[in-house]
Amino acid sequence: MPEIRYVKAIADAIGEEMARDERVILLGEDVGAPGGTFGATKGLHQQFGGERVRDTPISETAIVGAAIGAAANGLRPIVEIMFMDFIGTCWDQVVNQMAKMRYMFGGQMRLPLVLRTHTGAGLNAGPQHSGSLEAWAVHVPGLKVVMPSTPADIKGLLKSAIRDDNPVIVVENKTLYAMKGEVPAGEHLVPIGRAEVKREGKDVTVVALSRMVHEALKAAELLSKDGISVEVLDPRTLSPLDRDALLASVAKTGRLVIAHEAWGPCGFGAEVAAIAADAGFRSLKAPVRRVTPPFTPVPFSPPMEKFWLPDAGKIAAAVREVCA
Amino acid sequence: MREPTGEQGLAIYRMMRLIRRFEERVAECFAAGEIPGFIHLCVGQEAPPAAVCALLAPADLVSATHRGHGQCLAKGADPRRVMAELFGRATGYCRGKGGSMHLCDMEHGVLGTNGVVGASLPIAVGTALASRIRGSRQVTAAFFGDGAANTGAVHEALNLASVWDLPVVFVCENNGYAEFTPQSVHTKAGSIAERAAAYRMRGVRVDGNDVPALFAAAAEAVDQARSGQGPTLIEAMTYRFRGHHEGDPMAYRQKAELEEWRAKDALPRFRGWLLDRGHLTEAEDARLVASAQAEVDEATTFARESPWPAPEAALEDVHA
Repeated sequence: MPEIRYVKAIADAIGEEMARDERVILLGEDVGAPGGTFGATKGLHQQFGGERVRDTPISETAIVGAAIGAAANGLRPIVEIMFMDFIGTCWDQVVNQMAKMRYMFGGQMRLPLVLRTHTGAGLNAGPQHSGSLEAWAVHVPGLKVVMPSTPADIKGLLKSAIRDDNPVIVVENKTLYAMKGEVPAGEHLVPIGRAEVKREGKDVTVVALSRMVHEALKAAELLSKDGISVEVLDPRTLSPLDRDALLASVAKTGRLVIAHEAWGPCGFGAEVAAIAADAGFRSLKAPVRRVTPPFTPVPFSPPMEKFWLPDAGKIAAAVREVCA
Repeated sequence: MREPTGEQGLAIYRMMRLIRRFEERVAECFAAGEIPGFIHLCVGQEAPPAAVCALLAPADLVSATHRGHGQCLAKGADPRRVMAELFGRATGYCRGKGGSMHLCDMEHGVLGTNGVVGASLPIAVGTALASRIRGSRQVTAAFFGDGAANTGAVHEALNLASVWDLPVVFVCENNGYAEFTPQSVHTKAGSIAERAAAYRMRGVRVDGNDVPALFAAAAEAVDQARSGQGPTLIEAMTYRFRGHHEGDPMAYRQKAELEEWRAKDALPRFRGWLLDRGHLTEAEDARLVASAQAEVDEATTFARESPWPAPEAALEDVHA
C-alpha cells in the first residue's frame, strides 16, 4: 500500500470526487490559488479552475451560507473553515440553517454539503487557534460529524462525506497533517458511522479521538510491557456514533477510559461514559475515566501547552488506575 | 421605465388583495387561538413581494424573512397549504415542522421564511452561485428588512454577491422599525440603498407602496441579474400597519404616523392606477375582492379540517 501524508489524502479525496461529480465545488479562505493554509487543497485550483474552486473573502457566515444555498440548489459544496476556533463566527448558519433546514421544512430539502475544519493543540498556536470544539457540533441534530485520525480514514471518510446527502462536519487535526500512513490504492471509502478497533486488547477499552488515537496506541504499547492488554477504539464518526462497537468492546474488556483534546465538561467523553453507564453498566468492572486537558483555554508557551495536552503517559496512568 | 402591462398589473393587484385578506384572516385565527406560536404579518407591505415576484420565472428562487407569508403566496405557494402550516397541520408545506417563521415551498422556489434576522441572505447568495455554476439562468430574490441591514450576515452576503457578480436581487423592505426600534435609533445613514455603493453594486431607493415604481426598479434588477451583470440592492420604503408580531401593543409609534401611512396604502393607490389606465373596472375589482375572499375562506377551511400530524412524525426528516 502506498504511504501518503494526511494532508495529501485530503487533496486526493477532494480531487477524486471533483473529477467524479461536476456538482462538487470547493469554497473557502485561501483554498484556491494558494492551495490552503496547510496545503490541504493544493493543486485543485489548477486542476478544476476558479469557477469550481473559489477563494472567498474572510466572511465565514457568507461562505457557509453560500454553501448551504448552493447545496439547496443542486450542487455538492465543500466549504472550509480554516480553524474550528473560528466557527463561532458562522455558528448560526451551521446550527440554525444547515442543521435544521431539512427538518423544519418537512423534508423538502437535501443539503449535501461538507464543512471541513481542523482542531488541535501542539503547535504553540495559542488560545484562539488550538481548540477542539467537536462536541459543539455533536450536540446538534441534523449534523453528521467525523473526526478521522489517519490518512486512510480522512481519505475514506471525506469521500463518503462528499457523497452523503446530508451536512457532514469533517473535523481534522492540524498536527496530523504531516503524518504519513498507508492508504489503499484506488477507490477507498470509509463508511460514516462505523468505528474501528485500532488495536485489539482484553483488559481495558480506550476510546480515543483524532490525534489521541496515536497517544492511546503508544500507551497501549507501554502497558503491554506490564501485562495490561489495551483495546484502542477509534469512533471515527462522532455523530451518529457506532454504539454497537463501543458496547461490544466494553462488554469484552469491562473497563473504559476515554481520551480527547477537548475539555471534559460536556465533552464527547461524557457522552461515551453515559452510554457505557446506561447500556453497558453490567459489563463494567471499574469506574469510567476520562483523560482530558485542564478546564482552561489552550496556553501558548511550549512548557504550558505540553503540560496542558493529554498524552500517552496520562492515558497510561488512567488505564493503570482502572486496572488496579 | 418599464411599466406593468395590464395583465401583469392585474396579477399583481390580485396577489396584493390575496395577501392582505390572507394576513387579516391569520390575525383573526391567531386571536381566536386557532394558530399557535408567533405570527408576524405583512399587512401594508404587500407591494414588494407582489411586484417583485411578478417578474420572476417559476424556476427562480425567493428567500424571505420572519414576515414572509407574502413572498410565499406571491411566488406561487398554495394558500391552503400555507394556512395549514400556520395551523400546525399535517397538510402544511412543512408537515407542521416549521410554522410561520420556517415556511418553505421548494416546488415554487420558496427557499424559506427565516426566523433569524439577516441569516437568509448568505443562503440566497449560495443559490445564486449554484445558478451561475450550473448555468441555470435562475435569479434569486432575497428579501430582508431595515433591521437585518445591520447584521454582519447581510454585509457579508452583499459583498460576496458583488465580488462574484451573482444573479441576486436584494430587496430591503424598509418599514422604519427593527421590531420596536425606529430606524433613527438603529441606523445613522438615512438610506440602506446608499450602502450598495460601497460594494460597487447598484443601489435604488424606491417608494415601496408605489407598485409601478417598484415594478420598474425590480424589472431592471431582474434583467441585470439574469444577464450576468450582477446584483442590485433595492430599498423599498414601506410600512406595516400591524405590530411587529401579533399582540404587539405598538406603544412605540404615534397614531398620526399610522394615519399618514394609511393614506399611502399601496392597495388603493394601485387600484386607482389600474382604473385610470383602464386595466381594471369597478365590476372586475369587486370580482377580484370576492375571489380573494373565497380563496382565503377555502384555505382556512382546508387548514381547520386538516388532521394534526402524528406526534411521532416529530422523529422524521432529520436526515435525508
